[in-house]
Amino acid sequence: MLRDADRIFTNLYGFEDWRLAGARRRGDWDNTKALLDLGRDPIIQIMKDSGLRGRGGAGFPTGLKWSFMPKQSDGRPHYLVVNADEGEPGTCKDRDILRHDPHKLLEGCLVAGFAMGAHACYIYIRGEFGEEADRLQAAIDEATAAGLLGKNACGSGWSYDIYVHRGAGAYICGEEMALIESLEGKKGQPRLKPPFPANMGVWGCPTTVNNVESIAVAPAILRRGAAWFAGIGRPKNTGTKVFCISGHVNKPCNVEEEMGIPLRELIERHAGGVRGGWDNLLAVIPGGSSVPLLPKSICDTVLMDFDSLVAVKSGLGTAAVIVMDKSTDVVRAIARLSKFYMHESCGQCTPCREGTGWMWRVMDRLVKGEAEVEEIDLLLDVASQVEGHTICALGDAAAWPIQGLMRHFRAEVEHRIVERKKSAVSRAA
Amino acid sequence: MSAARHPAPPERQPATFAFAAENRAAVEAIIARYPKGRQASAMMPLLDLAQRQHDNWLPRAAMDHVADLLGVPRMRAYEVATFYTMYNLAPVGRHHVRVCTTTPCWLRGSDEIVAACEKALAVEIGETTRDGKFTLQEVECLNACVNAPVVWIGDRFYEDLTADRARQILEALARGETPKAGPQAGRHASEPVGTTSTLSEGRK
Repeated sequence: MLRDADRIFTNLYGFEDWRLAGARRRGDWDNTKALLDLGRDPIIQIMKDSGLRGRGGAGFPTGLKWSFMPKQSDGRPHYLVVNADEGEPGTCKDRDILRHDPHKLLEGCLVAGFAMGAHACYIYIRGEFGEEADRLQAAIDEATAAGLLGKNACGSGWSYDIYVHRGAGAYICGEEMALIESLEGKKGQPRLKPPFPANMGVWGCPTTVNNVESIAVAPAILRRGAAWFAGIGRPKNTGTKVFCISGHVNKPCNVEEEMGIPLRELIERHAGGVRGGWDNLLAVIPGGSSVPLLPKSICDTVLMDFDSLVAVKSGLGTAAVIVMDKSTDVVRAIARLSKFYMHESCGQCTPCREGTGWMWRVMDRLVKGEAEVEEIDLLLDVASQVEGHTICALGDAAAWPIQGLMRHFRAEVEHRIVERKKSAVSRAA
Repeated sequence: MSAARHPAPPERQPATFAFAAENRAAVEAIIARYPKGRQASAMMPLLDLAQRQHDNWLPRAAMDHVADLLGVPRMRAYEVATFYTMYNLAPVGRHHVRVCTTTPCWLRGSDEIVAACEKALAVEIGETTRDGKFTLQEVECLNACVNAPVVWIGDRFYEDLTADRARQILEALARGETPKAGPQAGRHASEPVGTTSTLSEGRK
C-alpha cells in the first residue's frame, strides 16, 4: 500500500482548505521558481525519466508528448491546454483535483507550459462542473494576485496566464481534437490527425493537450525527482494514480494508490470490499466505460496498471473501477453503455453515427432475449466494423464493452434468448 | 433524451435579445480571455451567459445576437447551440432536474431515483410540471460516480441519494428552499464512508 508520505493529492477529499493558504501548507507553490530554473529541456527529461504515462486514458508518456513541441517558436505562440472535460463513465478523479487541489493543477500548468514554451494555458472544464469551475477561477485569481501567475510568474521572468473555458455537455470534447475545435467556439467534432496538435493545435498554433492528473503530478515529480516517482509501481507503469471505485462496493470512494496494486486489494482495502463479499463479485469494468469488463476469475489476481490490464484484453483507461456483484443484469449494464455512446457520438463518421445506434438497438433486445442466437455474431461483426474505422476513438470505445461482454458472458446472453423462446413456446401450448 | 433539444415554436420566440447592462462587463471579460482575432472562441461562454440571462433557455434571437457580436455567421451559433446538450432551445422549468442514469448510477439505484422524481413531480422524463417550476430530464454520466446516484439541479450536484432523499429535495425546492448540495449520506466528498483508509492525519 502507498504510504501517506508518498501521496501527491494530500487534499483529495477536501478535508483541508483548498485555497492558496491551505495549498501552501501542503507544499504547493513552494519556490516554484527553482523548478523553472531547471530549464526547459531538463524539466522534460525529468518527466520522461519518471515514466509518467498520461492519466486521461490512453497512457501515452507525458514527457515524450511535451518534447514534441517545437523548441523554437516560429512566431506562432505555443499553448498548453488542460483536458478537464472529465466524462468517461465511472471517472470522478479530476473533479476532486479541481475542487480540492486546484493550486496543484495550476502550479503544474505553469511548469508544463514553461517547459513547452507556452505563455498561455486554457483549462477546458466540463460544463456540468459548476462548483469546480468557480473554485478553479478563484484559485487562478488568488495565484495571479500573489504574483505566482501573470507577468513574471513566481519571479521567474516568464509571463504566464491561465484561462478557464467551460464546456456544455458533450462527452466527445474529452477527445483532444474535438476539445480544440470546441475551444475555438465550434461544435466538438474531432479533426483528422495529422497534423498533430504539437504542430497545429488550437488556432493553428503548437498545442499540447494533457489530462488534469498528468499535469497536477508534475510539480511533485520535479521536486522529489524522477527516481522517486519511478520507484513507485512497476516498470513502465510507474507512480501513483487516483482510482475511482464505484458500483457494488460497501464504501465507494476515490483513492490515490500505487500503480500495479492488485484489483482485489484496491477494492477490499479502500472501498470496503464487494457488497456481500468477494465471492459475490460478478465482474469489474477496470478503467471506465470504454474498456472491456473482466469476470471474477480474472479480477482475483489482476494488477491495476496499463500493461497488466492490456494483457487480459482490457485496459487501465482512467482507472475508474466499476464493480458489479452477482445481482447485476450484466447485459443491461453494458446495454446502458451502448446507449451512452449512441447519445454521445458526434455524428461525423458514418460507422460511429449509424453503428452506435444499431449496436444499442440490438443490445436492448438482447437484454430481454428478443433476438436470435446468430445475431450475437452479427453484432460482433458490426462492432468490428465500427472499431478502427472512425476519426477518433469513440467508435472503438463503443465496440469494446460489447466485445468484452461477449468474450466473458456470451453464455448468459445466449441463455436469455433460449429461455425466452422456451417460454414463448410454453405460452403458445 | 433532453427536454429542450428542439427549438421553441415561433410564438414563444422573443423578437429581440440583447445582453443586459449588468452583463456587458462580463461579455467584454469573456472575449478578452481569447487571443486577438480569435473572439469566435467566446461563442460557448457567451451562449451560456445569454441562457442564464434568459430564464435558462436560448431563443433564436439570443443566438443571433451572440453571432453578430462575435462577427461570425449566425449559422455558427445555431451549430453550437444545437450540438451541446446544456443549451436549452426551449423554455424549461425554474428547477432543471437532471437525473444521471448511466451504468455507475444505475448500479446504485438510479431507476428508483427516476421513479421517485416522476412520482414527486407527477411528470415523466422529458416533461415540465404544469406550474412551470420543474423540468425533469435524464442525463448521461455526470462523473460523480463514487457518490452515485446523482441528480444535478441548477449548478450543483446532489449525491449519494436515496429515493426518499430525492423526494425531500424536490419538496424543499417546491417550498422555495435551497437544500444543501453534495453528498446526502453523511460524508464530506469522495472519501469512503466511516473510517478513511488514507490521509487520516488530515481529517479534522
